[in-house]
Amino acid sequence: MKSEHIDMSIQHHPDDELLVGHAAGELPEAWSVLVATHSALCLDCRARVYAAEAVGGALVADACPVEMKDGALEGTLARALEPRADTTTRAVGTRAEMRDTKPIFPQPLRDYAGGDLDGLRWRRLGRGAYHIPLVSGRGAPTARLLRIPAGRPVPEHGHNGLELTMVLRGSFTDGGQRFGVGDVETADTDLEHQPVAAPGEDCICLAVTDAPLRFRGVFARLVQPFIGI
Amino acid sequence: MSAARRGLSWSGPSSQLNRLKLLQHDKPSHQEDASPDWNALLCDVARQDRAAFAALFAHFAPRVKSYMLRLGSDPMQAEELAQEALATVWRKADRYDPARAAASTWIFTVARNLRIDAFRRRNHPEPDPNDPALIPDPPASADMVVSHKQDATRIRKALAELSDDQREVLQLSFFDDQTHTQISQTLGIPLGTVKSRIRLAFGRIRNLLEDEE
Repeated sequence: MKSEHIDMSIQHHPDDELLVGHAAGELPEAWSVLVATHSALCLDCRARVYAAEAVGGALVADACPVEMKDGALEGTLARALEPRADTTTRAVGTRAEMRDTKPIFPQPLRDYAGGDLDGLRWRRLGRGAYHIPLVSGRGAPTARLLRIPAGRPVPEHGHNGLELTMVLRGSFTDGGQRFGVGDVETADTDLEHQPVAAPGEDCICLAVTDAPLRFRGVFARLVQPFIGI
Repeated sequence: MSAARRGLSWSGPSSQLNRLKLLQHDKPSHQEDASPDWNALLCDVARQDRAAFAALFAHFAPRVKSYMLRLGSDPMQAEELAQEALATVWRKADRYDPARAAASTWIFTVARNLRIDAFRRRNHPEPDPNDPALIPDPPASADMVVSHKQDATRIRKALAELSDDQREVLQLSFFDDQTHTQISQTLGIPLGTVKSRIRLAFGRIRNLLEDEE
């Protein structure tokens, strides 16, 4: 229920089943990147992910115990006390903090993009739009950054699957609804939609699809095999 | 085959199947009330308390091993991952915040991240609490520390009140590493039904949790 959401500046959220799948750790990476990026900006969805993780915790706490090997405790402690580098330090995050400005992209998106919004190398997509693939694999859902020029539409397209689009900067409208920073548009199989970037500034989005898009225009269909979306 | 039929992992009190499982391993669900304060013990581990760690290990390592086995590890790999998970618990215990989560929740996330790393050779994308771009959580209160102590008990009660269908989809998600599409194939039900069951089950758990607050 949307009325439950606390942060009123974000109006459009990913569905609960995606948040639960993310918490369970079974969501393909591309979806998880979007859920985590949205949760960094949305207190309510972050709380929902916590709640789903608590379900995981309760399920593990209730799992049938399976005996550990003899000496497992001592072995584990010895392993725990071994000196080792902390792999969770993020070079990219450090850089953003050092220059003392608030990044546009929250973590973990900066890790996937290789930095914040400035300094990205965009690839031309046609009609003034640009993109940067972030997560892709044969048959696996893909995540990419999209840059839609101010006041212009994304080429009209339908879907063979689910597409989620999160706004990172600027805004777009689609089907009479406005999507601003942090909002996530969910477009399902049958929806023909045409997001149009608001005038004034380019709209930067994180777009995740679990199937190739079907573009409507002849030109778009011709170039689709070459631009890899 | 349905998860409930081959299922081992969840031993809540509601269904016939689960009653059978209770007999199998003799772990009544009300035992939790008398169990140690895991959250406090985990805080002690952050202060390098080896006795506290031994107690946590005795309880959680065999359950994390069970989780890894259920997710498809062979016994050696499950033992290895359970040891690695508990070693990570020792090393990172200072990051645990009892105002944010129950110990069981935190240990679950450590185990989950390890198995994603081990099975899929990738990280689990998560917000960084120290990221300046993050919208921070509201300040934690002492009430939240108390409230998270009850999490496992309250969620167990909430799970017991779900229908078998609803509990099954949650269990398949968390314990069988099945995507929603795979769950729909396993159970022979449409994908939309899987999604709506997960939404309903999770919504009911959240409502039951909020009612108790």
